[in-house]
Amino acid sequence: MSAIYGNGLSTFPDYPAEIRAPHGTISGVSGFQVHIGNDKVTTPGDFCDLLVAMNPAALKANAKWCKRHAMVLVDQDSFDDALLRKAGFQTDNPFAELGIEDRTLIVSPITTMTLESLKDFDMDQKAKLKCKNMFTLGMACFIYSRPLEYIYTYLEKKFAKKHPEVIEPNRKVLNDGFNYAANIQAIPNTYVIEPARNARKGTYRNISGNQAVAWGLIAASEKAGLPLFCGSYPITPATGILEELAIHKSLGVKTLQAEDEIAGICTAIGAAFAGNLAVTTTSGPGLSLKSEALGLAMMTELPLVVVDVQRAGPSTGIPTKTEQSDLYQALYGRSGECPIPIVAAHSPAHCFDAAFQAAKIALEHMTPVILLSEGFIGNGSEPWLIPSMKDYPEIKPPYVQGVLKEGQKYYPFQRDPETMVRRWAIPGQKGFEHRVGGLEKNHEGAISSDPANHALMIAERQAKVEKIAASISELEVLGEPEGKLLVVGWGGTYGHIDSAVRELREAGEKVSYAHFDYIYPLPANTAQVFSRFEKILVCELNIAQFASWLEGRIPEANIIKFNKVQGQPFLVGELVEAIKKEL
Amino acid sequence: MANLSFKDFKSDQEVRWCPGCGDHAVLAALQRALPKVSQALGYEKERYVVVSGIGCSSRLPYYMDTYGFHSIHGRATAISTGIKVANPWLTVWQACGDGDALAIGGNHFIHAIRRNIDINIMLFNNQIYGLTKGQYSPTSKFGAITKTSPYGTVEHPFNPGSLVLGAKGTFFARSLDVELALNEEIMTAAALHDGCSVMEFLTNCVIFNDGAHRNLSDPAVRADHTIVLRHGEKMIFGKEKEKGLVYDGRKLRVVRIGEGGFTLEDILVHDAHTDNIGLHMALADMKGPDYPVALGVIRDVKDITYDDGVRDQVKEVMAKSRIHCVDDLLHSGSTWEVK
Repeated sequence: MSAIYGNGLSTFPDYPAEIRAPHGTISGVSGFQVHIGNDKVTTPGDFCDLLVAMNPAALKANAKWCKRHAMVLVDQDSFDDALLRKAGFQTDNPFAELGIEDRTLIVSPITTMTLESLKDFDMDQKAKLKCKNMFTLGMACFIYSRPLEYIYTYLEKKFAKKHPEVIEPNRKVLNDGFNYAANIQAIPNTYVIEPARNARKGTYRNISGNQAVAWGLIAASEKAGLPLFCGSYPITPATGILEELAIHKSLGVKTLQAEDEIAGICTAIGAAFAGNLAVTTTSGPGLSLKSEALGLAMMTELPLVVVDVQRAGPSTGIPTKTEQSDLYQALYGRSGECPIPIVAAHSPAHCFDAAFQAAKIALEHMTPVILLSEGFIGNGSEPWLIPSMKDYPEIKPPYVQGVLKEGQKYYPFQRDPETMVRRWAIPGQKGFEHRVGGLEKNHEGAISSDPANHALMIAERQAKVEKIAASISELEVLGEPEGKLLVVGWGGTYGHIDSAVRELREAGEKVSYAHFDYIYPLPANTAQVFSRFEKILVCELNIAQFASWLEGRIPEANIIKFNKVQGQPFLVGELVEAIKKEL
Repeated sequence: MANLSFKDFKSDQEVRWCPGCGDHAVLAALQRALPKVSQALGYEKERYVVVSGIGCSSRLPYYMDTYGFHSIHGRATAISTGIKVANPWLTVWQACGDGDALAIGGNHFIHAIRRNIDINIMLFNNQIYGLTKGQYSPTSKFGAITKTSPYGTVEHPFNPGSLVLGAKGTFFARSLDVELALNEEIMTAAALHDGCSVMEFLTNCVIFNDGAHRNLSDPAVRADHTIVLRHGEKMIFGKEKEKGLVYDGRKLRVVRIGEGGFTLEDILVHDAHTDNIGLHMALADMKGPDYPVALGVIRDVKDITYDDGVRDQVKEVMAKSRIHCVDDLLHSGSTWEVK
């Protein structure tokens, strides 16, 4: 609703791994964070102005995120003895126990009011209770002066086909919630958040990171003129990409839900050999299972996009929480000398361009590419100015040219001397029959264990990946191009770091910021950019994986680190503090 | 269409299997079968893709002058599946061993069969790990003494036929490496079958498991210890074609024709196309000393294939959908204007 109204917006769902986690317990609390503003909004926000808690456990789990002047809206009906005890409260005053009794407390009998509002509807109790979220939304709309029309339209669109009978009750409860909030006089202030001032003109939509990855891949398939094949196994938080791709058969997308992670990547490798744009999607533990096959894709020099939507690891870790701790695995997690390019997405909408670029690199440079996303941006969403496909570049794979003359042969591992890329012959092409495989080969494609040939092929495969740096965009710097401190980030921390640096710059601090979308190879000007700063502060959600990659690549840079591994995104506030310390 | 001969399928690579290895004969049969398949189905050479995993038999793609993919241990079936789904026009042949397909790659094997993807799987079963030099495999006999079972294995082997039929496979055939003509016949039938065709070749490893199948392959006993099944023909075997199979209402029985009241009339006729998987299972399970081991095409039934299903669904949705390009997709659903 706020997006359509024209506000800047960022959202973040935070939920437990269990589908039906025990009701009323702290560990079972699900949350959804919305940050709206009258300018571009790049993070879901650190601390909240309005906390809605539908039961005592939700209040307890989230009270610490309330600002000094926050409003706290709770459903009085759920604050009974049983649920208070279940959430671990000792007294009947949870607000005092949590030290938030000085906030604006709006304690409303939401359940009772919802049931009252629906007394004339012929629905069972359970269905009526489901409407209490709408009552609460109605109250929130009053507080933030939101027009209800957008929600009416949404309800009609959402339920017109499958459940038209729920449209009217939801509409009524929404209205009653709005009116109730207007009548109780318990709400001291209401707020007006104007549409974003500086928004670029055009058509917008809301998009989540996982959806954007799927669409970016489909866009690449269209630009390359190759059908898209995705072989994947369900895994949190990446499954959304497979689900999204499965919908779009109308654009020629084929999805195969494989029997395991290994079959996911191996079917994709087979599809790549057969001439499709091949993709497999996963998260950290799945990437571990795919390691050997990833080596095969590198060795056979076939185009393949592997998407890793990172989650808190190691092992099963905390599947629904976000982290950036798979970087080492993406860089190094294979046997032998096995260089694989890595692209990282920095926001939900940027997942579209990142996926497009990953596919372009894979197809034009004949290599597997790892696209790193994160649970935070995969599940998060933001408004997106819809691009036009005519503004995207063509993708031109290095196909073999023409027909072979009598006696002429195709040698699969002969390379373009400039890019070191081999030519791609696809089964079905007459005269180009050849064999690929995991065994070391010579340029002609024959198996070879010759020592000098092995060293040469390793060097050539490495050079091929390094040379990709020439075709990716250069590193850009926000702020002065030289100075005392350059803050560096990569991937999904972009919104938070960007906000922190801008906040400091507005306060007059001299600090610059560079964000990496390309991890391997690094942008060609990286060393040059770093050389102009005294200190490079690398902020990331792991214990310094990117920092140590940079230290190895640019040893002369003075790299310092700020890290967090709690399964949660950065807070802008903690970044501001960390950066200040270095100024 | 060019008239292809076995020479067209021979690559310039030197064949490096041990002298006397059973794999040579299966390779030769394949190089002889494919020209016939091409003749029957009108396939050009560039339409063939030969895929393998890891192991001695998985070197086969290098010896075929077709498109080939020598992949990693156990994963050939998944690679083949991807190739066939990506381009159903290609005809996919897969070479894999007993360790490759039934141990490390067991999961992909049963799921390819369950999906009925239209690929042709040649399972080289020598009951041993050859390339790693003599460890027991999932088809090694109970008690087999190998380098990793110096006191004999204490685990039961898989019968690949039972596994295939248990997963509701639509095609299963079995043969011996030395049965050149039968092998060509089976390969041709597999090519003509729409769906996942599994061919088990009982091959001899001269170095690490020599004679594992001697009880079947030795010319002195072969006629008595094996039976070749052909659709529509009586189930008869023995040096003098004097024995046959009957069904006594509960199980299969071996009888002598003309003895015990059994005449040629009573002998079962093989129906490879029947849906009755129970009888096929009983035939695939037969073993000595009470029964001959069944060779030939045991099961060959029609069912929808996975690759057809995927292709048809794409076509169907394409025809119905209003989204025909990425620009349509980007503007689908809720959007709003900022003016």
